[in-house]
Amino acid sequence: MSRRARNIVATGVALALAGLLLAGCGNSKSPNMLDPKGTEARDIASVWWLMFGLAAFVYIVVGGLIIYAVRKGRRRSRAERDANDSVEPDTPRFDDHMVLWGGIVVPLVILFVLAVVTVTTTNALRRPASDALRIDVVGKRWWWAVSYPTTHFVTANDIHLPAGRPIELHLTTADVIHSFWVPQLAGKVDMIPNQDNLLRFVAKTPGTYRGECAEFCGLQHAHMDFVVVVQSQGDYDRWVAEHAQPPVEPASELADEGQVAFDSEACAGCHTIDGTPAQGKVGPNLTDLGERPYLGAGALENTPENLKQWITNAQRSKPGALMPPIQLSSAKASAIVAYLESLQ
Amino acid sequence: MTTLQEPEPVAPISEELVERAWKDAPGIPGFFTTVDHKRIGIRYIVTAFFFFFSAGVLALFMRAQLAQPNSHVLSAETYNEFFTMHGTSMIFLFNTPVLAGFGNYLLPLQLGSRDMAFPRLNAFSYWIFLLSGIFIYSSFFTGHLPNGGWFAYTPLTSTNFSPGINLDFWGLGVVFVGISTTVGAVNFIVTTFKMRAPGMTLNRLPIFVWSMLVFSFMVIFAVPAVTVAAGLLELDRIFGTQFFNPAHGGSTLLYQHLFWFWGHPEVYILFIPATGMISMIIPAFSRRALAGYLWIVTALVTIGFISFGVWVHHMFATGLPPLALSFFSAVSLLITVPSGVQFFAWIATMWKGKVRLTTPMLFAIGFLLIFLLGGITGVMVAVLPFDWQVTDSYFVVAHFHYVLNGAVVFPIFGAIYYWFPKMTGRMLDEHLGKISFWTMFIGFNVTFFPMHILGFLGMPRRVYTYSGDVGWNSLNMIVSLASVVFAAGTLLTLWNVWRSYRGGALAGADPWGADSLEWATTSPPPDNNFDATPVVASRHPLWDQRPLPVARSGPDDATHALGLEGAASRTAALTGGMRAEPGATFPIPEETVLPLVLALGIAAFFVGLLVKVVLVGAVGVAIGVIGLLAWAWKTGEEPS
Repeated sequence: MSRRARNIVATGVALALAGLLLAGCGNSKSPNMLDPKGTEARDIASVWWLMFGLAAFVYIVVGGLIIYAVRKGRRRSRAERDANDSVEPDTPRFDDHMVLWGGIVVPLVILFVLAVVTVTTTNALRRPASDALRIDVVGKRWWWAVSYPTTHFVTANDIHLPAGRPIELHLTTADVIHSFWVPQLAGKVDMIPNQDNLLRFVAKTPGTYRGECAEFCGLQHAHMDFVVVVQSQGDYDRWVAEHAQPPVEPASELADEGQVAFDSEACAGCHTIDGTPAQGKVGPNLTDLGERPYLGAGALENTPENLKQWITNAQRSKPGALMPPIQLSSAKASAIVAYLESLQ
Repeated sequence: MTTLQEPEPVAPISEELVERAWKDAPGIPGFFTTVDHKRIGIRYIVTAFFFFFSAGVLALFMRAQLAQPNSHVLSAETYNEFFTMHGTSMIFLFNTPVLAGFGNYLLPLQLGSRDMAFPRLNAFSYWIFLLSGIFIYSSFFTGHLPNGGWFAYTPLTSTNFSPGINLDFWGLGVVFVGISTTVGAVNFIVTTFKMRAPGMTLNRLPIFVWSMLVFSFMVIFAVPAVTVAAGLLELDRIFGTQFFNPAHGGSTLLYQHLFWFWGHPEVYILFIPATGMISMIIPAFSRRALAGYLWIVTALVTIGFISFGVWVHHMFATGLPPLALSFFSAVSLLITVPSGVQFFAWIATMWKGKVRLTTPMLFAIGFLLIFLLGGITGVMVAVLPFDWQVTDSYFVVAHFHYVLNGAVVFPIFGAIYYWFPKMTGRMLDEHLGKISFWTMFIGFNVTFFPMHILGFLGMPRRVYTYSGDVGWNSLNMIVSLASVVFAAGTLLTLWNVWRSYRGGALAGADPWGADSLEWATTSPPPDNNFDATPVVASRHPLWDQRPLPVARSGPDDATHALGLEGAASRTAALTGGMRAEPGATFPIPEETVLPLVLALGIAAFFVGLLVKVVLVGAVGVAIGVIGLLAWAWKTGEEPS
């Protein structure tokens, strides 16, 4: 390749990389692990920046040495090509020094630093705290059952946490292996049958953070998201107090009809709504469905139209979901939607 | 004793005798009965590349689906099937067998031998590979592709959650193909220890032979673990045992331990021969000996050992005790050192050499730049807390493609450009080769580099779609577009191979001026490789021993096979000890259909298990037993 062509290629690569970096900024809704909002994610992000510094140094130095060696070797080749096709002599002293220093001593120093960082960070993270708030999360295909043992209520795909207080999540699964991951709060922990895995961290900043399943768990692994709502202690306490109350009676006539339909149709066979006859245990608890941002663990935004579509045919937006299509008249479906959206 | 002499003038009559002794039957019968390691090696490579391009097509479909959020190019089910088949194809049906193919082709030539130690076993291992590949790919025709990911974690893959035969294609296929890998490894080890040319001490083995030796020992210790994992899974699935059923006291983590006890060494099983190729290519185009030969051999053997102590780093998020995790974290960091040793040996070689930027050399340098990044991110994921964040995210997808695609596929492409002239007698087109390299190199980096960033942005692995509001759209589009560029680059090489095979420039015996013995014979080599066995007195026989001395046949059994008479009687020399002293003459078996018969019997047995028809399995066992007995019966026949 000519020098000119090479320059064009090099410029193209540089531009492409610059474009990548720009495109790679993501947006504010990205679950960006380098934009941490909890203790564990923060500590891991600082480990990353340390490693990034070392990695950039190593890549530039070693990559530079490769390029330098190639150019040096090429110059020798150009100078001698026609005159002399002999084999170059061995240079054992030079080789040994390169291998010893570049391949062994310097890497060992860097690795030692990383080993120390690994051990100290690992020890600091997930250390038990005496006043931690316990929350149990069970992974299911393909949603999350969340329960608060201290206050005895249950929700789904929606975890509320107080900021600043140590959290202790107990994670397990009801079926296959899932993995619990909220990139902005903490690293992931697998949910394994018959195993009670713990995740401990403190959420720092109030806000809504995206969580997702990170272990392939079958057909709808892609739609197994959840939301973590971190609130100030005051807001969190209010949220708890509301949930400790029995749900209010449906306010509108339509919603009232909806409740009747919900209890008489297939819905109540699978779903629980606290304080009502609906006590099914197969699907998610819907007691506070009206305040959840998404339906179907991230499959759809929670709007009345989407909810109606979801109730009548969940398979359309989440093929393979365990919720079967339900045959309902449009009026009945609208009533159920009104009822469910009224549940706060 | 070996008798040294100048290359003897070859009597034409003898040459004809030699040819007659080694010629395969023409046409179809010869195709099914050959035991020639060169034909088998090329077959391995061609078959493996079929699976490479199939896996690539699956990947392009996946990238088409992921180019935009919420798209419907593939259904969830199809996407899950495609990524399972992509991974399974690349690991089991491309990477491992293609390296075995190069090993098959090159080992006897580099050792100065006339064939492998067990030529019929060699044919058998190819037939098993081919049939197991057909077995796994036949799932396309039934419409029930494996869909549990290439590591098929339980309990997702139990019949409770994955009914149907989808997973059985995978589980049985993995056990099936493992036979091929294992018998191939045994063959490589015995060939290396017993078939070296006189004077080729272990200290003079080409690095590629060393790498295949380490590859083989690792295969023998690692593959049984995955065979047990997939075998127990199939017992659970077919016969209702409960090894991995947590509801009945089975352990899902046991499966992960068994799988990764093979799975991590496997990464090095692939990587080590790839570096072996690099260690042949870089010195050849630097026109000097590889720097730090002993350092590199030590590094290869060390990697072989350490790689068995790192498997738990695939399980950092499973809730194992912290002390155990810290141990595996430390060992995973440590394994970087032997790779660093190799790296600086390569740099030193180029630094003090005369570098010619041929296509194989470009692939080698591309490999260095890619593997450097893959190695660095490998160190990162060994750091326990960081791994908790990035495991099962696109960061890890980026990392292992830098290692398994960049650091294995690039050397393999380099090897194709390097050894194609030996295999076919024709050069590949250098101009087209360089275009192919640059297309692949740029396509590769723009495909896989952004995946690191997607991982940071929280994109999990193995999702068939994603919502449009989380900031992953533009990067995914870039990745998808670049994947087409990468694919085009590989197709340019395919086109180059096709064109050059038909009309490339003639290569001659040693087009690159390289140092190892495969370049001492014609291109392509005659069926018997070497008329008279070379006598080696250097690590670089073709550089240091000009003209290359060859041995003459002696009257006794120890030396009969060395010279032209040995070639004419279809024999090879067994050598032994550190210095490869000739010890015995050993007849190379005639062409035979028995390996194919035995392989077909085994295939029928697996098909019987798959379709759950006892009769089919029983017929398979019967054919296999008859094949084995016939095979044993014919062992030890003296050459006529």
